[in-house]
Amino acid sequence: MKVILRSLLLLVISLGGSAQAALTIEITRGVKGAMPIAIVPFGWEGAKPAAPMDVAALVTADLYRSGRFSPLPEHDMLSRPNDPEKRVNFKNWRVLGVESLVVGKMRAIANGQYEVKFILFDVFRSTQITGQTFIVGGKASDLRAMAHQISDIIYEALLDERGAFNTRIAYVTQSRDRAGKPRYSLQVADADGFGPQEILYSSEPLMSPAWSPQGKSLAYVTFENGRPAIYTQDIWTGKREKVSSFRGINGAPAWSPDGTRLALVLSKGGSPDIYILDLLSKKLTRLTRSYAIDTEPVWTPGGDAIVFTSDRGGKPQLYQVTLSGRQVKRLTFEGEYNARATLSPDGKMVAMVHGNGNQYRIAVMDMENGAMQVLTDTTLDESPSFAPNGSMIIYATESQNKGVLSAVSVDGRVRQRLILQEGDAREPVWSPYSR
Amino acid sequence: MNILRKALILVVPVMFLVGCATAPTDSMDDQAGADSGVDSGAEFGSGVSTDTSGRDADADVSSSAGTQGLMGDGDISSQALTLDDPDSLLSKRVIYFDFDRSKVKSEFNDIIAAHANYLAENPGAQVKLEGHADERGSREYNIGLGERRGNSVARHLGLQGAARGQLEVVSFGEERPVATGHDESSWSLNRRVEIIYITER
Repeated sequence: MKVILRSLLLLVISLGGSAQAALTIEITRGVKGAMPIAIVPFGWEGAKPAAPMDVAALVTADLYRSGRFSPLPEHDMLSRPNDPEKRVNFKNWRVLGVESLVVGKMRAIANGQYEVKFILFDVFRSTQITGQTFIVGGKASDLRAMAHQISDIIYEALLDERGAFNTRIAYVTQSRDRAGKPRYSLQVADADGFGPQEILYSSEPLMSPAWSPQGKSLAYVTFENGRPAIYTQDIWTGKREKVSSFRGINGAPAWSPDGTRLALVLSKGGSPDIYILDLLSKKLTRLTRSYAIDTEPVWTPGGDAIVFTSDRGGKPQLYQVTLSGRQVKRLTFEGEYNARATLSPDGKMVAMVHGNGNQYRIAVMDMENGAMQVLTDTTLDESPSFAPNGSMIIYATESQNKGVLSAVSVDGRVRQRLILQEGDAREPVWSPYSR
Repeated sequence: MNILRKALILVVPVMFLVGCATAPTDSMDDQAGADSGVDSGAEFGSGVSTDTSGRDADADVSSSAGTQGLMGDGDISSQALTLDDPDSLLSKRVIYFDFDRSKVKSEFNDIIAAHANYLAENPGAQVKLEGHADERGSREYNIGLGERRGNSVARHLGLQGAARGQLEVVSFGEERPVATGHDESSWSLNRRVEIIYITER
């Protein structure tokens, strides 16, 4: 396994180029049960000596970090078929125990565009499972998106579950400007951390980004006027709107599944409580009323209930309140600190910050039977967010005095870390599917 | 006469503070003002000017102004009532807290009393009470915790003569640490309320 890890690291770093983020992958537990697959370096046909990007390396990294695949290292390959149109000698792959094989080719065509073709083979049946041909522009971001799409197609064909490689993450960074003043920045990058784009920056704190269900807008908290306010912002046009600036806390926005409402936290009633704001009518409805801190609302997938953090019982724990009946039930009982819930897209799992005063880790709980599993072993983990296919959770942690982003597979077996060149990264939120 | 009056004001709040520092409901700082019934659209706040927010903040900071007139020995009148004097208690502007707590510790009583007195003496003065938390735990919960700390200081100031309109609480949670280490020596400095004068008199 070590060998695979090293070769992957090399590949990934070489992909880094001018990108501002680099990705490292670490295996935390064995990958028993991961599917053996080989992604052969794609063939290249063009005037230049080398292809503009190593598609196979990116696909390999994608599949590997999902924890569901065990890609064969390139140097273990007995042959390197690089043309999907030609016959493949499956025997060379069967002897290596490889079950699935990806062969592809990239070709320069007119107007600086490329044609990329790949086929996924079932090695033991010697048959084609799926394949596709792309025409793509030469921009690095286009090429990367295409490669992530290939990963998604392979993932879904073999696991019968949608991939989440061609999605994005939003997060907040804090650094210092030249004058030494804090600089807070809201960023959006590919799900693997590449191609970060700054959406907004401020010398005052930015917090709690939340995706709209269509993935077009972010809601967030900004202290740009010295006090917290909630804005929504179209990430493409930059157009933004102030939606909440009451006296006291304006925090923790969360979009309803249908995109028409925001759950948010206001303390204008005396202490932090959950409210629902209708974005069109601007009607505000109070959902909880306690003297405690009620915060960090998240919607259930059906939009009929809110899971939130409250210390009404003395310590922060997760609760659920229905939108209609106002019935509140406590969800977590294990551990003295459970906060900042994120729900899997099917609503069956809830991940949270699970702490005891000194250690704060990411745990996941089965909503039906309450079984809790701690997924991480670092001490200052926070802000978990599910991938839109529920396969992974991205979160923030601290490493060598820096805020870094990590992702962990839902079974806890594989972890990856995003390392940004400067500043602290925090509060990652995984985008929904649609762009 | 003026000097005497100032001295009296300074003493009385200390007496009040002793009373509330032992109150058992410290974690319930925020209870006043909890309302009932569903809020209507009329309360929607988009476009609400932030300039006025907080002017009537903290309904729990209430009715205890106007304690002038009780007698005291005037001992601490030597605490000059100028904000600029580095020897004055008024130069101390940070209150520190225990982990996950919002109770004002007795060691800060004198500092709070000095500020309460100053605010009572200078009705035009206004302070922003910035509540902060250490980095442990979730960020939005820490926003709540920071506000609770700010409210706790506001309540003490109010009980000792500051008017509600002079106090605004803003919580920054863990977003603005003064120490960036990841251990108790940093955390203890970050669990704080900063008293920031917006107008001085």
